[in-house]
Amino acid sequence: MATYTLISSNVLSSSAASVTFSAIPATYTDLALRVSVRRSASGRQDLLLAVNGSTSDGSNTWLQGSGAAATSGTSSGQYVRINNIVPSTAETASTFGSAEFYLPNYTVATNKPIGSFGVGENNATTAYIGAVASLYSQTTTISSLVLSLAAGSFDTGSSFYLYGISNA
Amino acid sequence: MSETPTKVIVNCETGVTEVLPLTAEEIADMETARVAAEDQRAAAEADAAVVAAAKESANAKLSALGLTAEEIAALTK
Repeated sequence: MATYTLISSNVLSSSAASVTFSAIPATYTDLALRVSVRRSASGRQDLLLAVNGSTSDGSNTWLQGSGAAATSGTSSGQYVRINNIVPSTAETASTFGSAEFYLPNYTVATNKPIGSFGVGENNATTAYIGAVASLYSQTTTISSLVLSLAAGSFDTGSSFYLYGISNA
Repeated sequence: MSETPTKVIVNCETGVTEVLPLTAEEIADMETARVAAEDQRAAAEADAAVVAAAKESANAKLSALGLTAEEIAALTK
């Protein structure tokens, strides 16, 4: 049975452009990163994950629903990315987007697949959901994860939890 | 004058959390990466919109030929 262990967490007491988990121990089988995030300015945003600081080694196959339409697509040479799920000051007050990034076999010396899922929150017709299959094309052990937005900063109260998973 | 954005760094080994201002280089790098990623996403969404429009047009033409909605749906399954 898989065991989740909280490695580190952070709840923002003021806005921040990025949150980095560094010096991640290589003692687990998998990693899971769970976040609850909101943007501190107007304009719904994409949630970005830079693995080992790289902004160019991620490729994504994404499926997205907005409440009005379902779309899909691919992207490459960039972040691991979940589109549109981070609410802003233009969305309902005090709502946050929730997301999980799952990183299996993060210490194995091969390119790393990453599964991501996220939902925005908005008390209105339009709210986004996204599922993304990604590949981080580097063989080095994952030792840092950097979360940011496509534009702007995370709002106060945004929270970030990194788990190590044993016996996955 | 706008505030300098900050970054939060959580060291998983020591448990120490630092809040640091972004350097000018980091701000420039973030902006460059943001623009590139945004361009790519816009292109992907435009492609998806083209496909959706073509599908809608095809459905309209099939409907004009006399196919029912159920028959058109069956063709795409």
